[in-house]
Amino acid sequence: MSEREILLSVSGLKVTFDVYPHGAMPWTKPRKLKAVDGVDFDLFAGETLGIVGESGCGKSTLARAVARMVPASAGQVLWLGKDLLNMDSRHLKAVRSDVQFIFQDPLASLNPRMTVGQIISEPLRTHYPKLSRGEVKATVKDMMDKVGLLPNMINRYPHEFSGGQCQRIGIARALIINPKLIICDEPVSALDVSIQAQVINLLMKLQKELGIALIFIAHDLSVVKHISTRVMVLYLGNVVEVADAKMLYARQRHPYTQALISAVPIPDPKIEKGKKIILLEGDLPSPLYPPSGCVFRTRCPKVQAICSIERPKLETLDDGHKVACHFHD
Amino acid sequence: MLLDVKDLSVQFTIPDGSIQAVKNVSFTLEAGETLAIVGESGSGKSQAVFAMMGLLAQNGRATGSVLFNGKEILNAPLKELNKVRAAEIAMIFQDPMTSLNPYKRISDQMAEVLMLHKGMSKADAVKECVSMLDAVRIPEAKARLRQYPHEFSGGMRQRVMIAMSLLCRPKLLIADEPTTALDVTVQAQIMTLLSEIQKEFGTAIILITHDLGVVAGTCRETLVLYGGQVMEQSPTEDMFESPTHPYTMGLLHAIPRLDQGGEELATIPGNPPNMMNMPKGCPFSPRCEFVVDQCASQMPPLVAVGDRRRACHRTVEELVV
Amino acid sequence: MITDQLLAKNFAEAEVAGRSLWMDARLRFMRNKAALFFLVVLVLIVLFTLLGPLIAVTDHETIDFSMIGQAEEKGQPSIANGHYFGYDDQGRDLYSRVIQGTWISILVGVIGATVAVVIGTLYGAIAGYFGGRVDSIMMRLVDILMAIPFMFVLILLLVAFERSITMLFVGIGMLSWLGMARIVRGQTISIKNKEFIEAAAASGVGSFTIIIRHIVPNLLGVVTVYATLLVPEMILTESFISFVGLGVQAPDTSLGQLINVGAGTLQYGTKWQLLFPLGFFVVLIFSLFFVGDGLRDALDPKDR
Repeated sequence: MSEREILLSVSGLKVTFDVYPHGAMPWTKPRKLKAVDGVDFDLFAGETLGIVGESGCGKSTLARAVARMVPASAGQVLWLGKDLLNMDSRHLKAVRSDVQFIFQDPLASLNPRMTVGQIISEPLRTHYPKLSRGEVKATVKDMMDKVGLLPNMINRYPHEFSGGQCQRIGIARALIINPKLIICDEPVSALDVSIQAQVINLLMKLQKELGIALIFIAHDLSVVKHISTRVMVLYLGNVVEVADAKMLYARQRHPYTQALISAVPIPDPKIEKGKKIILLEGDLPSPLYPPSGCVFRTRCPKVQAICSIERPKLETLDDGHKVACHFHD
Repeated sequence: MLLDVKDLSVQFTIPDGSIQAVKNVSFTLEAGETLAIVGESGSGKSQAVFAMMGLLAQNGRATGSVLFNGKEILNAPLKELNKVRAAEIAMIFQDPMTSLNPYKRISDQMAEVLMLHKGMSKADAVKECVSMLDAVRIPEAKARLRQYPHEFSGGMRQRVMIAMSLLCRPKLLIADEPTTALDVTVQAQIMTLLSEIQKEFGTAIILITHDLGVVAGTCRETLVLYGGQVMEQSPTEDMFESPTHPYTMGLLHAIPRLDQGGEELATIPGNPPNMMNMPKGCPFSPRCEFVVDQCASQMPPLVAVGDRRRACHRTVEELVV
Repeated sequence: MITDQLLAKNFAEAEVAGRSLWMDARLRFMRNKAALFFLVVLVLIVLFTLLGPLIAVTDHETIDFSMIGQAEEKGQPSIANGHYFGYDDQGRDLYSRVIQGTWISILVGVIGATVAVVIGTLYGAIAGYFGGRVDSIMMRLVDILMAIPFMFVLILLLVAFERSITMLFVGIGMLSWLGMARIVRGQTISIKNKEFIEAAAASGVGSFTIIIRHIVPNLLGVVTVYATLLVPEMILTESFISFVGLGVQAPDTSLGQLINVGAGTLQYGTKWQLLFPLGFFVVLIFSLFFVGDGLRDALDPKDR
C-alpha cells in the first residue's frame, strides 16, 4: 500500500527567467527564458524517477523548483498533499528535512573549511538542535560506516579525500536526517567510470534499505536507465515522454527519445557496427525563442503542419507510457 | 608504419617531489588506422599525447622515442616540430569553448593555418576553408565563415575544429576527448563525422577517451592505460568480447549498459591511482582481484599474444571469476 | 534514530587528525623565506616598542633644558650617555620618542585595519549574499562614500572636532572599511554560487547562519591579505596627516611627526633626528608589504 503513496505531485510547473541583454539600460525590458514550460508528473514513495535530457532541457531547474530552491513562475507542487510553493517558512523548514540534495561536483558541494564530521552533521544540528555532541558524533560515524567511509576519518577535510569519497560524504549528509526524497543532480558525472559503479551501487542499496524515493537527473542515459524505475525525458523545458525504465530501451514512442536512444553508444562493437543512428538535423533552438506548437518540430523527422500550430498534450497510453506527440508510435 | 612509439615516459617535477605520469608506453600505428587510447584519471593518456606533440607543461620531461614516418619527433626542436604540427599531425581538444580564439573570426583562424603551412594567399585559403566547412556539414558555410566562435554552438565549434585540423590533409589526427563536453546526440553526429572523414581522407586517428561505448563504435584497435602504463592492447572487437587483463575486465563489467537490466554493477574496489605514491610493480595491483605477491613488487612485462599485447603476471586462463 | 545500540557501537579506532587548508597555507608561508624574514623583523619591531623603554634613560616627554639649541653640538647619538638615538631639537630623548612613535603608528594601523575588517566584512557579505535591491542600495552607498575625498573629510573632522588620537582612529576607521566591503562583496558573490552553499540552503540552514558559518570562513583568506595591506596604508595616511600638522598632538608623537620635524632640522646638521625615525618607518612599511605579499601567495584564493 505504501508503495503507491504519492509524495510529490507537480502540475503545470513553469519556471521563467528574466534575461537582460548585455549592456542593457536599467529600463530595458528583459527577455523571457522559459527554462521549464509546463511540466506535470507524480512521484511515488520509494521509486526512482530518472530525468534525462540534453543541455537546455531544464532538468536541473525543474529539480530546484520542485524543492523551492528557485522560484516557480506558475503551476502547483504538492508535497504529501500540501501546497509547497506557497508554504510559510516554518513549514518549509520541516519539509527541507524531508527533501535532500546530492550535487554534481563532489568537492565543490562540501565546504572546504569544515571537517567531514561538521559537514555531515550540519542537517542534524539544523533540525535537531537538542541532540548532545556525543549523540551527533555517534550518528555521524554510523552514517560514515554505512556509506563506506572509515569513521575515524571524521576530522579530515574534504580536500584530503578522492572524488568518489567526497560524493559518499555528500550522500551521508543527505541521508543523515532520514529524508523521504533525495534529489540527485548529476551525482556521478564527474567521477571515473570505476568509481561511478561504486556510487551507483551504494545509492541503489541504500535506497532499497531505507525506502527513500530518488529523483535522479543525469545526461548519461545508460546510468539513468540502470538506476531508475521510471524515466522522464525532457526537451527544451517540456516533457516529451515518460516510461518504465525497462520499456524505454525496448520501445520509444517519441521521435526525440528514439533519436536519443539510438545515439547512446553501447560498449559492444558488434551492436555498434550494425546500429542505425537517427541523426538529428540542426541545432537546439534557444530557450529564449522556443518554436511555436511542439518545441521539437524544428528537428523532428516526422514533422507536419499541425506541429507548428498546436502543442501536443502529454497523453497516457494503455501501458502507462506517457507521450507528448501528434504522431507518436 | 606511420607512428612508432617506444618506451615513452613523462615525468613532472613538483614542489613535493616528482610524478611519473607516463611510464614505458609503446605502441604502433599504421597509416589510415584508428586507435583508441582508453583510461581514467591518472592513466596518463593525455600526457602521453601532449608529450608527442611537444605540448607538455614547463615542469614536464619526456623520454623515449616517437618516430613519425621514420623521423624522431619527441623533444624535437621547435622549428622542426612546427613543421609537423597541423601539417602532418593535427590535434583537437576536449573543450570546444576554449579551443578557439574568441576575438578572431573563424575565417581568420582557419586561413592562418593554410597561409602558414601551404603558403597560400588569403583568398585561396578562404576558398579552401569554405569547402572544408562544407565537408564537415556546417550549413551556409560561406556566411558562417565570417562569424565569431561565440556565435556557434558547442557541437558546431567542434566541427570547426575538425575542419581546421583537416585543412592541411594531415596523416594523423589526434582527438583528445572530443565529445566529452557534448550532448549525446551531438556526440553521435561528431563521431559519425569522424568516421566519414577517416574514410574520405584516409587519415589515421588516435582517439583518447574514457568512454568505452564511443570506442566500440569507431576504433579498430584499443590501447588501455592505467597509472601511466599499458595494461592491454587489442583489436577492439576481441577486447570487448574476451578481455585479457583484470583492469579491462573490471571496466567492462562496471559500466551500465542501455541494453541490459538493473542488476548490481560489478565494481572495481578502491580508488584511482595516487600519482604521488605508486607501487613499484603493477599500478593496478592495489585494486586487482587476481593479485598475487609478485604483482606489487615487479612490473609485468608487455607480452605479445597473437596480435594482442598484455601486461599481467597471471595467465589468461587464471583470470576466471 | 539515536538508539542505545548506536551509542554503544564502539568505533574504537583513534580518529585521524585532519589537515585543514589553514595548515596548508601556513606551510606555504613558511617556505617563503622573504616573508618569513620580514615577519621576524615585524616581531622584533613590536618587541622593541614593548621592551625598549627598559633601557631608556628618560621617557619621551622629559625635556633636558640644557640641550635646547645645542642639539647639533652635544646632542649626537651615543651609547655612553644612554641617549642611543641622540636628542631631538627640544632636548628630548630621541630613542624614547622613536619607541613611542612606532607604537602609535602600529596602533593606528592595527586598529584602523581591524575596524575596516569587521565593518567591511559584515557589510560586504550581507550585500553580496542577499543581492538584488539590498545589494544595489548598500553598494551605491559605498560608492557615494568612496567618491568623497578621504583626506579632505579626515582633515575636516580633525579641524572641526578635537585633534585627539581618538578622533584620528574614528576618522580613519570610518572611511577605511569601504574598500574592504567592495572586495568582500565580490568574493561573496563568487562563493554563494558554489554548490556547498546550495547544499546548506537545501537542508534548511537559515540565511544568516549560512553567512556566518559558510561564507565568512571562506572569505578570511582574501580578507587577511587585504587587511595586512591596509595596515601600511593606515600608517601612511596617519603619517601624512601628522606631516601636515594635524595628527597626534605633542608631547605624544608618531613616526610621521618625527620625520616631519627631523626633515625640518636637517639643515642644521642633525641628521640622526631624521634618519632614525625614517629608518624605522621604512623598515616597518616594507616588512608589512612583504608579509602581506607572502600571505597572499600562501592563501591564494584562486586555488580554492
